[in-house]
Amino acid sequence: MKNKVTNIMIVGVGGQGSLLASKLLGKVLLDKGYDVKVSEVHGMSQRGGSVVTYVRFGDKVYSPIVDKGEADFIVSFELLEAARYVEYLAPDGRIVTNTQQIDPMPVITGTAEYPENLVEKLQKLGVNVDAMDCLSLAEQAGTAKAVNIVLMGHLSKYFDFPETEWLAALEKMVPAKFLDMNKKAFALGKAN
Amino acid sequence: MKQLMLGNAAVARGLFEAGCDIISSYPGTPSTEITEEAAKFKEIYCEWAPNEKVALETAFGASLAGKRSFCAMKHVGLNVAADPLFTVAYTGVNAGLVIGVADDPGMHSSQNEQDSRHHAIAAKIPMLEPSDSAEALSFAKLAYEISEKFDTPVLLKMCTRISHSQSVVETGSRIEQPVKTYEKNIQKYVMAPANAIRRHPVVEERLHSLTEWAETAEINRVEKGSSKLGIITSSTCYQYAKEVFGDEVSILKLGMVNPLPPKLIKKFASKVEKIIVIEELDPIIENFCKTLGINAHGKDMLPVCGEFSQNVLAHAFGKADKPVKKLEETIPVRPPVMCAGCPHRGMFYALSKNKVTVLGDIGCYTLGSAAPLSAMEMTLCMGASVSALHGFNKALGKDSERKTVGVIGDSTFCHSGFTGLASIAYNQSNSTVIILDNSITGMTGHQQNPSTGKNLYGEPAGKINLEALVRAMGINRVRIVDPYNIAECETAVKEELAAAEPSVIISRRPCVLLKEVKHSLPFHVDTKKCMSCKACMKIGCPALAMKDGKANVDITLCAGCGVCKQMCKFDALKSSEEK
Repeated sequence: MKNKVTNIMIVGVGGQGSLLASKLLGKVLLDKGYDVKVSEVHGMSQRGGSVVTYVRFGDKVYSPIVDKGEADFIVSFELLEAARYVEYLAPDGRIVTNTQQIDPMPVITGTAEYPENLVEKLQKLGVNVDAMDCLSLAEQAGTAKAVNIVLMGHLSKYFDFPETEWLAALEKMVPAKFLDMNKKAFALGKAN
Repeated sequence: MKQLMLGNAAVARGLFEAGCDIISSYPGTPSTEITEEAAKFKEIYCEWAPNEKVALETAFGASLAGKRSFCAMKHVGLNVAADPLFTVAYTGVNAGLVIGVADDPGMHSSQNEQDSRHHAIAAKIPMLEPSDSAEALSFAKLAYEISEKFDTPVLLKMCTRISHSQSVVETGSRIEQPVKTYEKNIQKYVMAPANAIRRHPVVEERLHSLTEWAETAEINRVEKGSSKLGIITSSTCYQYAKEVFGDEVSILKLGMVNPLPPKLIKKFASKVEKIIVIEELDPIIENFCKTLGINAHGKDMLPVCGEFSQNVLAHAFGKADKPVKKLEETIPVRPPVMCAGCPHRGMFYALSKNKVTVLGDIGCYTLGSAAPLSAMEMTLCMGASVSALHGFNKALGKDSERKTVGVIGDSTFCHSGFTGLASIAYNQSNSTVIILDNSITGMTGHQQNPSTGKNLYGEPAGKINLEALVRAMGINRVRIVDPYNIAECETAVKEELAAAEPSVIISRRPCVLLKEVKHSLPFHVDTKKCMSCKACMKIGCPALAMKDGKANVDITLCAGCGVCKQMCKFDALKSSEEK
């Protein structure tokens, strides 16, 4: 049987909380018995720069990174970052993105413009795009910090793992007092 | 139990299980988490050394005293530690000594992409190279066995993709090591010429024994596939090769990259029609094959520069590129930036405004070279801001002394800025050095250093008083400024550049990301007063952007530092405290 590996990229702006998202994913996948690799870049790129985390799982995973044309899912914390990495998407891949926009420095200083209507432009390319205002959903759940969990909740729709397994992993990672908020964020992400 | 573990954490786990007792390191991406993770084990004493040379010498001392010891550094850190490295190869060890070094192909967070294997070859020290977290753990343990069996320091080579990838490991338990009693041995440990001349042949014999060991070592293994193509590889390149070829080719996977096993390589090559070496950066294994008379390919197909990936390999081997979707839109770059509230910003604006030539150094403040501040004009290596400033001023004299400064962070100053300043004081160039003291090692993720007053564990520790130190060196003009006050920075810079003697300005305010730093209330824009002049955009704060033609503050990012307010002539930027 061919070794089928599923590739996920989590992209965003340094400091947005992508580390917790990849940790949750890694935990769920490992508990399912998959071979898993999670790759991230630390250091310089943390400072407000574009950040990428790769999550790969399957029977046997070799390379720790996802390359162009390979991502089954791009989960994006910020709209411009979803567009930046579209070349990494596999032909039938899907983008799950927060619609929040954060201006990069060239836009702030006026040397570049933030492109308009990115969701429509991505759809025009024939890309499956699930775009949602995760910040509002997270705030609805009780904390703006739960954008990552909203995104994971939505991503979970595409895996036929029981919800209990996601929630069990969440319970192990989130402090008890924030658990309800995070469970709510997960449910909101899944429902939207 | 199976668990996902970061490569660096797996090294730390391996050190723990091997009974390592002492670790002294200097932080450097991508090596930093090895020491941070090891510090979580109460059985291991960990510390941050002022620099990598001190770290290696400390680890050597601990090995000499009889305890298994370790130090970690990034690839360029090994240059700093090269002096003890080359001679510790001669003395050998008492208890096991392992040196972790993490390369950064692709330069995710480095000033060059040198290949650390050259150091292993030049110093004649064995080097192990894991290809995932499980090997990072087991190779760390094996490194101690090799170190003690062959009486040698051992290099454990990581790279960004191994250090910062999580993969599955199974952990074991710690085996405590008895202290190996230190015994006086002048012939072995005093590397004066008469003794060292007798140690050099020992090093050569040891290298020979290690080569013999490598011929049959389990970590150098053949994975049999087709006889048409044989690939020799190691580290993350092994993973890319498996990704592209699966089991269809024959692979010689090397876990030890110095010394290389000639018999094993020759035997492998004799059984395949073609040999291709897949290695990042320099053609070290490839050239070795050629010295054995093997017609190996490698850098005729694959790049020397940058890191590899499955697509890089597939492309080089003539496989079709995967179809990609591409937007026609230009996507603006998102480079790393100084954080909102970063204490370096105000000083860099003052320097930029006054058109001062700024020779820089390594740290978060290297971002001072980025637009819109574009203030820094030179960055070379740790400490070079100070010594290069001295040389620059000696070359140009008054022409540069009045308009050139060196800027260096507190951690970098403690690492290797002292000696450059000693030269300024001693050889008397009329230089102005600015110590950007944010009371932490910022870029690598907040490590303590000798000037912060805390040790690696965050406990109270010795604290170097920078102003007293600088005065003791013979610099009479020393002043401290608050970088949140642009006018104060400007005055200090102008006065010290004009002064007819060497001077040091300490630009002091703790990193805004430190937990103990209290943020002021965020600012907001009075849109009636904002004249859309964009003066506040000149400081490059990520919390400030133009929105509907007016300046706008992102209150989730703003730390209330007030530097933007000083830029506004129309009093449009208001602290939330003043309505």
